[in-house]
Amino acid sequence: MARFVMEFERPLVDLEDKLAELKALDVASLPELAAEIEDLEREVERLRETLYAALSPWERVQVSRHPSRPKTDDYVAGLFTDVVELRGDRAYGDDEAVFTALATLDGWRIVVIGHRKGRTTKENVRRNFGSPHPEGFRKARRAMRLAEKFSLPVVTFLDTAGAYPGLEDEERGQAWAIAECLATLSDLPVPVVVVGIGEGGSGGALAIGFGDRLIMLENAYYSVISPEMCAMILYKDTARAAESASALALTADDLMRLGIADEVVPEPLGGAHRDPAPVIAAVGERITSALETLSAGDTGALLENRYGRLRAIGVFAEGDG
Amino acid sequence: MPINDWFKQRESRRYTVTSGSGADLPDGVWRTCPGCRKTLYQGDVAKSLSVCPHCGHHFELIAADRIEALVDPGSFEQTNASIGSVDPLRFSAVKPYTESLAAARESCGLAEAVITGRARIGGRAVAIGALDFRFVGASMGSAVGEKVTRLFELAIAERRAVVLVVASGGARMQEGMLSLMQMAKTAAAAERLARAGLPYVSVLVNPTYGGVTASFAVLADVIFAEPGALVGFAGPRLVEQTIRRSLPKGFQSAESLVDHGMIDGVVPRAEMRGRVAAVLGYLLPGGDV
Ligand SMILES: [Zn+2]
Repeated sequence: MARFVMEFERPLVDLEDKLAELKALDVASLPELAAEIEDLEREVERLRETLYAALSPWERVQVSRHPSRPKTDDYVAGLFTDVVELRGDRAYGDDEAVFTALATLDGWRIVVIGHRKGRTTKENVRRNFGSPHPEGFRKARRAMRLAEKFSLPVVTFLDTAGAYPGLEDEERGQAWAIAECLATLSDLPVPVVVVGIGEGGSGGALAIGFGDRLIMLENAYYSVISPEMCAMILYKDTARAAESASALALTADDLMRLGIADEVVPEPLGGAHRDPAPVIAAVGERITSALETLSAGDTGALLENRYGRLRAIGVFAEGDG
Repeated sequence: MPINDWFKQRESRRYTVTSGSGADLPDGVWRTCPGCRKTLYQGDVAKSLSVCPHCGHHFELIAADRIEALVDPGSFEQTNASIGSVDPLRFSAVKPYTESLAAARESCGLAEAVITGRARIGGRAVAIGALDFRFVGASMGSAVGEKVTRLFELAIAERRAVVLVVASGGARMQEGMLSLMQMAKTAAAAERLARAGLPYVSVLVNPTYGGVTASFAVLADVIFAEPGALVGFAGPRLVEQTIRRSLPKGFQSAESLVDHGMIDGVVPRAEMRGRVAAVLGYLLPGGDV
């Protein structure tokens, strides 16, 4: 399989390649090589740490888009049992960019909703690279209503570049489909736990992207606009996306600082794709812990608290006429 | 500034030369109608609710005029006039956000991109708001989100209907995620109004896009739009780039939204007050006490 290298990783990858070449040589016949390999290993380790220790917002966006990054499918497969997929919006079609299912997590019967990117090109074409059409949001809303009817908590996974800006999407009411999700989610009388696992692109992410708990992966982002589009608007130049990414305050840490996210799940150096299993397990623990807390109170308090959380978001001035 | 002072100030500005979007031109200038290319005297345009007497083109209106055109004369009382944006992210690109805000305040005489308040329409008690496109493209940041949310809450507390005249470029980029979350906040407030059994009518005007369309704007019980208004989620340029072919005529126009079942009707500006009042007559009976 072809390797995917993010541009900021290039120096490290080159060094890793060199190390691999040396290791492929016959070390037994070249004893002086052992020391060299050891040195190089140390250097790779040092570089890996400095490179990944403090990723810039734009570098995190790249990590969040890494093709090997664990996706909704991986969390579903890794965490849930007895999964029954629910398909279709009962109005127009089945949008594979959104996954909805009944599932069991550590004894919890839940409704899962997630943006769904594919692993292969074929999968990605079917799933529109994880960018939902209106019927995807309507399918999500159908799943929310089901959760309400049968008192099942909702767990959502965010991983989309955004709602698809196509012609038919506009004609079928993309904005309407998103807005209806927002309204439904705002007073859905069951616990709603949201996990930002990759990309959190604007309204398409928000449609399933708020609730009683927002768990962000360390390198996941959540933004009002993509850094590229922001750079296009500001500088007429998508190459300045790095500046935009910094300005938009879109990282997990930024969201903690702004009072929007509740907790951050650390990732291994370099990103979740380097060692997915512990990340997926940690997410599972965070979800069950959130469900335990949120299921303890009564529904009225749950909804008041959810409204209060939204109500508190925003910074503005008031007074002095 | 209280809105009545603002009206007065605007009176005093007539017959001076101003520049800008055309929404706030003095009477003593000539302008070309983009609909029929005829040259119009602004004084005549202003008398006809800024609708071209020849072709019916609806010119942009400032928020105060939007409200004036809908409510019973003299019934408007502004709320939360002092709420305005700050710069929580210290957003600075080509132009610092604080400068954009200062320029908008100076040229519009408003603290923010939305005016809200109490009023009556056809005698019925409403909580009404109008967005002003001149103010940073009527984009929704924390302040707009807060004012719209408070408008819904006011309506719930006082058993009023909500009427919103919406124009917007979308969520306000310069406040990042704080802006995106205003979509959820305003949608939640609109949902609470719905649960309280109170009516909400939205009037979409040109242009309404992005995160504002995809939140409170389309959560109304009844949605009207002005003739020719463009309304959508993604802007037409982005859609065109995405599909790599040209867009059909009338794409995202109010008229095509009716055809696609997304709104209840295209209503000329002069008839809007009567239409909204008629809806409220059904949905807020007894609201005139
Ligand atoms: Zn004309």
